[in-house]
Amino acid sequence: MTTVSDAAGTRPPLGKPDFIGPGETPQSVTDTISGVVYGKTHRWWVFALAGAFGLLSIGFLALTWLLVKGVGIWGINIPVAWGWAIINFVWWIGIGHAGTLISAILLLLRQEWRTSINRFAEAMTLFAVACAGLFPIFHTGRPWLSYWMLPYPNTMQIWPQFRSPLIWDVFAVSTYAIISLVFWYVGLIPDLATMRDKARRLSLKRTFGIFALGWRGAADHWHNYEKAYLLLAGLSTPLVLSVHSVVSLDFAVAQVPGWHATIFPPYFVAGAIYAGFAMVLTLMIPLRHLFGLHAYITQRHLENMGKVMLTTGLIVAYGYACELFMAYYSGNVFERYMMVNRTTGPYWYMYGMLMLCNVAVPQLLWFKRFRTSAFWLFLVSQFVNVGMWLERFVIVVTSLHRDFLVSSWGMYSATKWDWAVFLGTIGLFASLIFIFIRILPALSMTELKMISAEGKSVGEH
Amino acid sequence: MSTPQTAPRGPYGVVARFAEPTQLVHAAEAARDAGYRKMNCYSPYPIPGAWEAMGHRSRVPLVVLIGGIVGCFAGFGFITWTQVYDYPWNIGGRPLFSWPAFIPPTFETTILFAGLTAAIVGAVALNGLPRLHHPVFGIPSFERASQDRYFLVIEADDPQFELARTEEFLRGLDPEEVIAVEP
Repeated sequence: MTTVSDAAGTRPPLGKPDFIGPGETPQSVTDTISGVVYGKTHRWWVFALAGAFGLLSIGFLALTWLLVKGVGIWGINIPVAWGWAIINFVWWIGIGHAGTLISAILLLLRQEWRTSINRFAEAMTLFAVACAGLFPIFHTGRPWLSYWMLPYPNTMQIWPQFRSPLIWDVFAVSTYAIISLVFWYVGLIPDLATMRDKARRLSLKRTFGIFALGWRGAADHWHNYEKAYLLLAGLSTPLVLSVHSVVSLDFAVAQVPGWHATIFPPYFVAGAIYAGFAMVLTLMIPLRHLFGLHAYITQRHLENMGKVMLTTGLIVAYGYACELFMAYYSGNVFERYMMVNRTTGPYWYMYGMLMLCNVAVPQLLWFKRFRTSAFWLFLVSQFVNVGMWLERFVIVVTSLHRDFLVSSWGMYSATKWDWAVFLGTIGLFASLIFIFIRILPALSMTELKMISAEGKSVGEH
Repeated sequence: MSTPQTAPRGPYGVVARFAEPTQLVHAAEAARDAGYRKMNCYSPYPIPGAWEAMGHRSRVPLVVLIGGIVGCFAGFGFITWTQVYDYPWNIGGRPLFSWPAFIPPTFETTILFAGLTAAIVGAVALNGLPRLHHPVFGIPSFERASQDRYFLVIEADDPQFELARTEEFLRGLDPEEVIAVEP
């Protein structure tokens, strides 16, 4: 039988000085992070939530009008029938992917720096998937019948067409939403127990206590829990890759020039991670500043996220180059025309802005000066957020608006209702984020406590 | 809060509270060497070595594997049944059993079943949760077990357990406090 000292020694030391501020102890971690929830409500938080809720209200208004009038109030028509609804769907679901990447893939790769950002990134995933899900549901035109996409015994005696990527998408996105939710919740259980134990009001103690499920931190529980958490991470990793691959197959299985490309699955996955890290930085940098979390979200975290953005950005740039090359090399007249039209046609400025936002500006991240500056990282992230949206616009609109027959060409432009729904989902996302950071521990106390204590326990062995 | 009891019961066990995680691991090891078997460690985060000291084995991986296999066969079987037998739909004479197209949704059901098994069975049910109360919650300072203190409980149903002797044993391990746990 192995001795306890040996068993403890098989783990590499988790804590590295620059992943957590000096002098942090389990107690200081607990106090700081639960303090964000149990502390006073900041004035900025009230205003921020009010602003987010204002945007959300615009979305409610637009969707109500949509239900009254139908999807004709959007800019979609033949030939561009997908429009902003699908652009926004892909954009949001892509943003969600960084959350799973941070929490699952980086856990498996033993990248300890993920610890202080994983909880928040997982929450971001959930909220982004919630926003994403709205678009295809409302895009169907009759959202009250969207359950028809699910296989259930019905009086029509029909089943969904399982050979269609659109049905794969229903399965991929709903599985992703469910697994992201349980992964996030399982990660929260021990922290909910801490919140229960820190609560002073009985009502809070009971509320957190119910959701903590009676967690008491016994050693055998921790053992099962760690195994389950690791397995969830292991399952989420192929899942997240499959989700955006399936989303890309919605396009790639069609014959439309500009969509029918084998590069799509990897290129979409890289783009998703790229967009997601940009969004994590967009949210983390202000949050860290406003709640004074510099000891937990260090310079090192920001720099690493900048590096991931640079890497995935280069893969995305390779995807663009590959599309150009394949259009030329295929010798297919429609493919070639699509690329000429994409770069010099009526939407050339969208393509130009895409190149600026997604390819040119992120090259700044080669330089340490920019990677280590919160300001510059924030700025570059904004370019990437916009750039990834433009990428989906370019793919959806420039491919559809001029396909095989000149007689079926057309132009597409969004209406104010497209804007209103999009702003509404930004409001929904922001509202959920603001509520989340106020009522739940936004950083994983359990894992940070482990890191803060690790130096001590390993040092003694 | 107290409920009247018909017969006086003995304590649930004896608890020792430690300030450092290494003390907890050493204490668990010492208790095992002293012949104690029915005990448990309580800590705010997983402590490497704590469960090894108690010889615990986890069934989570096996359960999750079974969940995944069930999800895989259920998904593929269901899709095949709907597309080939219950609602065959001839599209240009292509084969009905076009199994490669069934793989992506089958993959998703596999992950779904395995993931839900890992979360619901692995992290919760195998731990005997959810549970409304447990005797250790009666330990006066037990709220620190989720914050910054480390507890070793030797349970009364251990054959070696003897209140005074076990308390004496735990006091020898340099804890902050040793007390009996109410049932």
